[in-house]
Amino acid sequence: MNIEGRDLTIGYPDHTVGRGLDVALSTGEVLALLGPNGGGKTTLLKTLLGLLKPKAGEVRLGDKPLDEYSVRERARFIAYVPQVHIGTFAFTVETVVLMGRTAHGNLFSRPTTHDRAVAHSVLERFGISGLANRPYTMISGGERQLVLLARALAQEPRFIVLDEPTASLDFGNQGKVMNEIQALAKSGHGVLFTTHDPNHALRAADRAYLLRDGVRITDGPAAIVLNREQLKALYQASIEQLIDKDSGAVAFLPG
Amino acid sequence: MTRSALPGLAIATGVLIAGLLLAFTIGRYPVSLAELGHVLFAKISGHRPDASPAVESVILQVRGPRVLAAALVGAALAVAGTAFQGLFRNPLVSPDILGASSGAALGAVIGIFLSLGVLAIQGFAFVGGLLAVAAVYVIGSAVRARDPILVLVLTGVVVGALLGAGVGLVKYLADPYNQLPAMTFWLLGSLAAANASDLLPLFGPVAIGTAVLIALRWRMNVMSLPEEEARSLGVATGPLRVAIVAAATLTTSASVATAGIIGWVGLVVPHLSRSLVGPDFARLLPTAAILGGGYLLLIDTLARTAAEVEIPLGILTAVIGTPFFIWLLASMQRTWS
Repeated sequence: MNIEGRDLTIGYPDHTVGRGLDVALSTGEVLALLGPNGGGKTTLLKTLLGLLKPKAGEVRLGDKPLDEYSVRERARFIAYVPQVHIGTFAFTVETVVLMGRTAHGNLFSRPTTHDRAVAHSVLERFGISGLANRPYTMISGGERQLVLLARALAQEPRFIVLDEPTASLDFGNQGKVMNEIQALAKSGHGVLFTTHDPNHALRAADRAYLLRDGVRITDGPAAIVLNREQLKALYQASIEQLIDKDSGAVAFLPG
Repeated sequence: MTRSALPGLAIATGVLIAGLLLAFTIGRYPVSLAELGHVLFAKISGHRPDASPAVESVILQVRGPRVLAAALVGAALAVAGTAFQGLFRNPLVSPDILGASSGAALGAVIGIFLSLGVLAIQGFAFVGGLLAVAAVYVIGSAVRARDPILVLVLTGVVVGALLGAGVGLVKYLADPYNQLPAMTFWLLGSLAAANASDLLPLFGPVAIGTAVLIALRWRMNVMSLPEEEARSLGVATGPLRVAIVAAATLTTSASVATAGIIGWVGLVVPHLSRSLVGPDFARLLPTAAILGGGYLLLIDTLARTAAEVEIPLGILTAVIGTPFFIWLLASMQRTWS
């Protein structure tokens, strides 16, 4: 199964953010979306999620246009992990994860025993069962990111879309989230994430999509398109490339 | 869940029972608990009460309707406040955020200005509240913006100000000896005029609105997340928001029509309820309803008995609500930080 955006013009009623964008995501792969601030990453993300209508072109999910799915059907295929936020009310971690089950119930239903079982199994998968009864407002930023990941997984979706999943995390938690993203693809999910760090894309993504000023610079296998020249073109900045002598692994430094 | 809802619910129920007992027994004509028990038992079982007819009349005719009205109005305002705070993701929101109170106020002062009967004035207030919120909703939705919630709140503030100007105009034009005192009294909020015939028009809308909100309790949890997150979790936020606003407006308008403008209950009680049972609407809504009823009963009893003349309810709820709210801010940040 895949999500596919064809010749998309994206943006808001009052202004257009990007044009002529083709992007596809299949189950079992990780796609990283990179680009400078204001370049259209988030807008493209929201368009692929169905939160924003494309101004032209079409987003398809499987064999149907995305807008032929109801909000609820869509939520059973695609889960969204927003940037970590604190939240207004002190729901417990368990309740937050159970909210991921909403699309599996009807308008009036409460979480069932099965929903609770699913929630507990995803909490276990991320090793945060111990947090189940803690208020979501009182755990650390890294824990919150894992809780939002757990909530997405509780939706039992085919695709998971993450908006800057590493932005507010410490170094250790960044690595942890990268590992979880790869594990999600291994378990058959299609994963799309935005990031400001090309190294994260190199680490976790199969493919990378480079977006500047609403225009695709390039896309393709992460190890190939993420090179010094492309990144210089993408960020219009000087970039230093490091290569580990033993493993051949590559990393980039800005400046 | 961190804890069971039972202790919190028990405290709320305790407040309601205390409110009921105090409201029935305290007053210019004191009634003992034994007399209250006899009369209520006799009423239920159909026996002749062995209390004096005067006591029976005080309990059933004088205080009974007012007690029930206070409990219903308190519950209605607390439930509506709880719903709006969740919907607008803001713990500082109260039930009149979308103009229900100002619309009802304008309806009521127009009714008084036209020298209409009590029922017609209440009808004007009820319809005024509904119309004001409907207008805010239509205008707010017509403005195309990225943040529909913010636009809705701002439209509510603006329309509320306009309606307030309308109230001012009607007061300015009113007969200062007959109509103006009635308007002022009404705008300050009071249950002094509550009688048995008020109860059905109050109970109907409050019961319907509360039932709708309780039926949607799980979706309301999700609705308290940011808009796009709620949609990505499978909630059709637009239609659901209309349903929640309509239900909360129904309860608010019915209570404002009966009791005039009583501020603070819909702001303070949801906070208190959250600190008792947490933010999950499944337990929060019933707790807020029970606690709101008890809270307003206690305040109404104070309004009746604290001074020689009755103190307007809206003044007491503000005098008690303000320091209470500051105390809440200082001590309970964790419940909604």
